[in-house]
Amino acid sequence: MQSRRLVAVVALAGLALSGCATTNNPRDPIEGFNRGVFAFNDTVDKYALKPVATVYKNVLPSFVQTGVHNFFGNLTDAWSAANNLLQGKGEAGMQDVTRFAINSTFGIAGLIDIAGPAGLPKHNEDLGQTLGHWGVPSGPYLVLPLLGPSTLRDTAALPGDWYGDIWTHKTPVNVRNIGTGIKAIDTRASLLDASDLVEGAALDRYEFIRDGFLQRRESQVRDGGSQSAAASSSGKLDMKSAYGDDADVGAAPAAGAPVPLTPPAETTPATPAPVTK
Amino acid sequence: MKPIATLIATVSFAFATHALAAAPVGNEAPDVLVKRISADVLDTAKSDKAIQAGDRQKIIGLVETKILPFVDTEKMTALAAGRFWRQATPAQQKRLSEEFRTLLVYTYSGALSQIKNDDKVEFKPLRADPADTDVEVRSQVNSSRGEPITLNYRLNKGPQGWKIFDINVLGAWLVETYKGNFSSEINKTGIDGLIGKLADRNKQLAGKPLAAPAK
Repeated sequence: MQSRRLVAVVALAGLALSGCATTNNPRDPIEGFNRGVFAFNDTVDKYALKPVATVYKNVLPSFVQTGVHNFFGNLTDAWSAANNLLQGKGEAGMQDVTRFAINSTFGIAGLIDIAGPAGLPKHNEDLGQTLGHWGVPSGPYLVLPLLGPSTLRDTAALPGDWYGDIWTHKTPVNVRNIGTGIKAIDTRASLLDASDLVEGAALDRYEFIRDGFLQRRESQVRDGGSQSAAASSSGKLDMKSAYGDDADVGAAPAAGAPVPLTPPAETTPATPAPVTK
Repeated sequence: MKPIATLIATVSFAFATHALAAAPVGNEAPDVLVKRISADVLDTAKSDKAIQAGDRQKIIGLVETKILPFVDTEKMTALAAGRFWRQATPAQQKRLSEEFRTLLVYTYSGALSQIKNDDKVEFKPLRADPADTDVEVRSQVNSSRGEPITLNYRLNKGPQGWKIFDINVLGAWLVETYKGNFSSEINKTGIDGLIGKLADRNKQLAGKPLAAPAK
């Protein structure tokens, strides 16, 4: 089912490419096609998913919502563990394994997240990130029908993710389908606030979501390391590498002189003495 | 007692050399500043009943008084506009910054109204030379639900002290995300067109009620 969908997507992409006019963004060569799918997803969301998710969020008691969220979150911990280990991240992998073990048993089949408050952070690794970690470039931006923003690499990894998702192997099929539906509603409900924010903040929602998503995806592959440093501490910012040629735009209003990046002559660096000019 | 002697020396040196009384916050390290603002805003948001109920004027007031003074919205706008900034007239630059600033106020207010009571912020230690003028401060919001949310800030030290000019939520930088929106709008309708679009959006947001915060 997944591979057939993938073939359909690629075929449609091929068709759309032939009719594609000017493209601005090098990361989005099939923008015309993507915008079309985006609009389709929006329609489905507006008329089906969002109303249901809104009712779900407003009507269902919060402990039930938390339980549902934790249940499906627990299942993803198992696959995340496998991916962490595939990426050579032993500590994170073992944390996920432990999360899964503790929550499945003491957390009553994952309904309660005991491991999180106990100090085991949740990771959300998937096969796309594993491939990215090992150097597979993300490829162009792709909007998938119903599934939303993705990249070529992550779409190719989807069948793997599907297989690695424990719920995929749940029988009987009707229980599995109901579960998948509830999972989709739960995810949408958790994104209701964020989507309202994007509604207001974005001038062009398609672009805003695309650019935000691509950055987030890269950040996920790198596990939060910034463009300049992989350190997990706060530190010096290299404006040139972060902003390129625009780095000196909007310099301090004082006579248009940019703030010097090289440290001025200082005598005692031991104490945080103010820079005198 | 050496540290105290050095401290006294530093403070008197500072007072002696600054003819004008510089704003006291200008001497704070950037991560201390962000931590302070962050704690202040979170505490106020959690303890103020009107804000908890979603009183939009109050929330906007909170953003204006506790957050915006530490944000260099002009630099933010300039970076988002990129090469088009240099092509804009000073009047256009001024208007663009103002409209973008208003949009940011509405956006931050919307985000603040979504803060839940058990959200805690954890800051990564700062490892920068005290003479650096551009830094990135990293933090994350730990809530009881789901994975931690990355929240990073980029600050620049100007004549008025450290100011935030870019924010990263969940891996996406604000400036980078708006760059696309800005440039395609400018390509379509010019800088004035972008200003107009921002102004229209702000009028729209002014009329929309903020979502009530979750329990």
